[in-house]
Amino acid sequence: MRVALFITCVNDTLFPGTGKAVVSLLRRLGCDVDFPAAQTCCGQMHVNTGYRDEGVRLARHFTEVFAGYDAVVAPSGSCAAMVREQYPKLAKPGSRGAAAIAEVAPKVYELSEFLIDVLKVDDVGAYFPHRVTYHPTCHSLRGLHLGDRPTRLLRNVRGLELVPLPGAEECCGFGGTFAVKNPAVSAAMGADKTRNIMDTGAEVLCAADNSCLMHLGGTLDRQRTGVRTMHLAEILAATEETQ
Amino acid sequence: MSGTFLGMPGNFPDNSRKAVADSQLRFNLRKATHTIRGKRAGVVGELPDWPELRAAGKAIKEHTLRNLDRYLLQLETAVTEAGGTVHWARDADEANRIVTGLVKATGETEVVKVKSMATQEIELNQALAAHGITAYETDLAELIVQLGDDFPSHILVPAIHRNRSEIREIFLEKMPDVPPGLTDDPPALAEAARLHLRERFLRSKVAISGANFMVAETGTLVVLESEGNGRMCLTLPRTLISVVGIEKLLPSWRDLEVFLQLLPRSSTGERMNPYTSMWTGAVEGQDFHLVLLDNGRTDVLADEVGRQALRCIRCSACLNVCPVYERAGGHAYGSVYPGPIGAILTPQLRGMSSELDASLPFASSLCGACYEVCPVAIDIPEVLVDLRAKAPHAAVEKAGMKVAGWILDDHERLAKAQRAATRVRKLVPRRLPGPLSAWTDTRDLPEIPEESFRDWWERTGGGERDGE
Ligand code: SF4
Repeated sequence: MRVALFITCVNDTLFPGTGKAVVSLLRRLGCDVDFPAAQTCCGQMHVNTGYRDEGVRLARHFTEVFAGYDAVVAPSGSCAAMVREQYPKLAKPGSRGAAAIAEVAPKVYELSEFLIDVLKVDDVGAYFPHRVTYHPTCHSLRGLHLGDRPTRLLRNVRGLELVPLPGAEECCGFGGTFAVKNPAVSAAMGADKTRNIMDTGAEVLCAADNSCLMHLGGTLDRQRTGVRTMHLAEILAATEETQ
Repeated sequence: MSGTFLGMPGNFPDNSRKAVADSQLRFNLRKATHTIRGKRAGVVGELPDWPELRAAGKAIKEHTLRNLDRYLLQLETAVTEAGGTVHWARDADEANRIVTGLVKATGETEVVKVKSMATQEIELNQALAAHGITAYETDLAELIVQLGDDFPSHILVPAIHRNRSEIREIFLEKMPDVPPGLTDDPPALAEAARLHLRERFLRSKVAISGANFMVAETGTLVVLESEGNGRMCLTLPRTLISVVGIEKLLPSWRDLEVFLQLLPRSSTGERMNPYTSMWTGAVEGQDFHLVLLDNGRTDVLADEVGRQALRCIRCSACLNVCPVYERAGGHAYGSVYPGPIGAILTPQLRGMSSELDASLPFASSLCGACYEVCPVAIDIPEVLVDLRAKAPHAAVEKAGMKVAGWILDDHERLAKAQRAATRVRKLVPRRLPGPLSAWTDTRDLPEIPEESFRDWWERTGGGERDGE
């Protein structure tokens, strides 16, 4: 199986550790991982902020770069949802672009989908002896319908104590450019989410999206809560040796 | 007289900043929306065929909207045959003119009103007042808003931003026949309103209503309510005038089976609403006028993506589940339609020429909770994104997005930009200037790593070469 990693522009630039974790995790599970160097960005920020033309250009680039792979794995629920849910609406029905999207989009998986649905593993042999709470993030929850896939994986991590997050399904307030266009409401949502996180007594906040974690982590750090954020991939990649 | 939203200055971010800082409002809204959200989830969850009901609701509305011209004429014929008079109003002014004329013809100077969004939308009360006619709201929450000289902030519970001690104060101050020693006990407040309203019901000769549904086949209008006050208005007065948006139509009587299940469960979180009133044309001793309101709806219908907003049955489930509405409150939206549905309906009905209306499509984190609960499956995030592409953009933002787009168009350009950021990583200030301060005001910045992922991959062959 030819598996490509779609790192996403945010992870590539700000969270390379997440990408390294995906690579080591997938190799441990026996996959050959390819990183097509021409990849850039799925176009979500442009489309969702009202810059459709730029977004369409990036979408076209994405379909060209990832054509021909059996599976494309993205460590981001929201970028995977962009490709699978929003790309089909960007192209004219019957056009070449629509055909390219129909070809590539169904092969794009968020990490936990790829592990459970394609590789059929829900125990990845990880070890992470910490108290963790999981925020499901909106596009993973309501866009991709990941359901309990991420928490199933986390529950099988040795040493990990998973504590449920109250009000988990509620948006954290990131929302891409929403965070800077409506900073007051975004911060208020972040504050309420942070309070729920603190109530769990967790050391680590985990999610399948670094953009939401960047907003929540920034809020947790500013408040000096001492809670750290980790991408799902980083916890699943952890073993006795890496501890 | 409650205030008017039209021409309200400001924009959503500024309006909501004030709301976010109002601790009483935050407390009231959090409590109210979470309570009703939970009730809805309970009664929706108990129906195994909810997804099918929802799909049926969507399909019926879609079919009706595609054949609206035909069904509207069928409705007109049916209402006329049943002794009612049908009027067509292109916009708010025309509707207000028609209603004012009808009331004037009766010689009355007072009307009682059944809770109605359409008459709020056209600001009928203000139009009547300009002709010396006083409109009395009879829905309890609507009455609280009217007495308090306030704006409605929710579709179903216009006074949701008020708690009971605030309501008590409004009653004590503004209700002419208020019982002295009124407490903030909900039954006591309801009783005070009941006594106050009863006198109005018995005195008024003209009533004005909206409708939740109109049945084309029979010419029947349907109003769902909780208090019974609507029924008093609909039955006692000698003249009944109903102002209804043209999208409220259903083809046949049978279609009500679907909507009488969808609406109460989605709106009040009840299996069934306490009062359902239905009437067909004029009954003995009562004149009936139906004013069919367009006011921008046919323009919305012409928009392929946006037209789904016309399926809305005003249940307010999307408001109750919206994290933005919960913190910003209804007034921030500057329209009788607040929350997610308001964010897609107001810019379509009013256009985006005002700063406020142009800011509404951005009043969402696109979390999708609204779409998930909507009983007629309106994909609100999809419409928001579509409206964002049509909205005016600030010059600075446009320039920034152009540059970002240019960098992201090419992976080598992206790599160069990443390396440039890496070089200055130690120099990034903790607080960013300009519009980006919106980020650093409340959050720390993530550290820029020493090396991007793509550079690491290239340097190490994906971690194979240096054993990393
Ligand atoms: S958009 Fe849907 S959820 Fe919102 S008020 Fe209308 S019908 Fe209800």
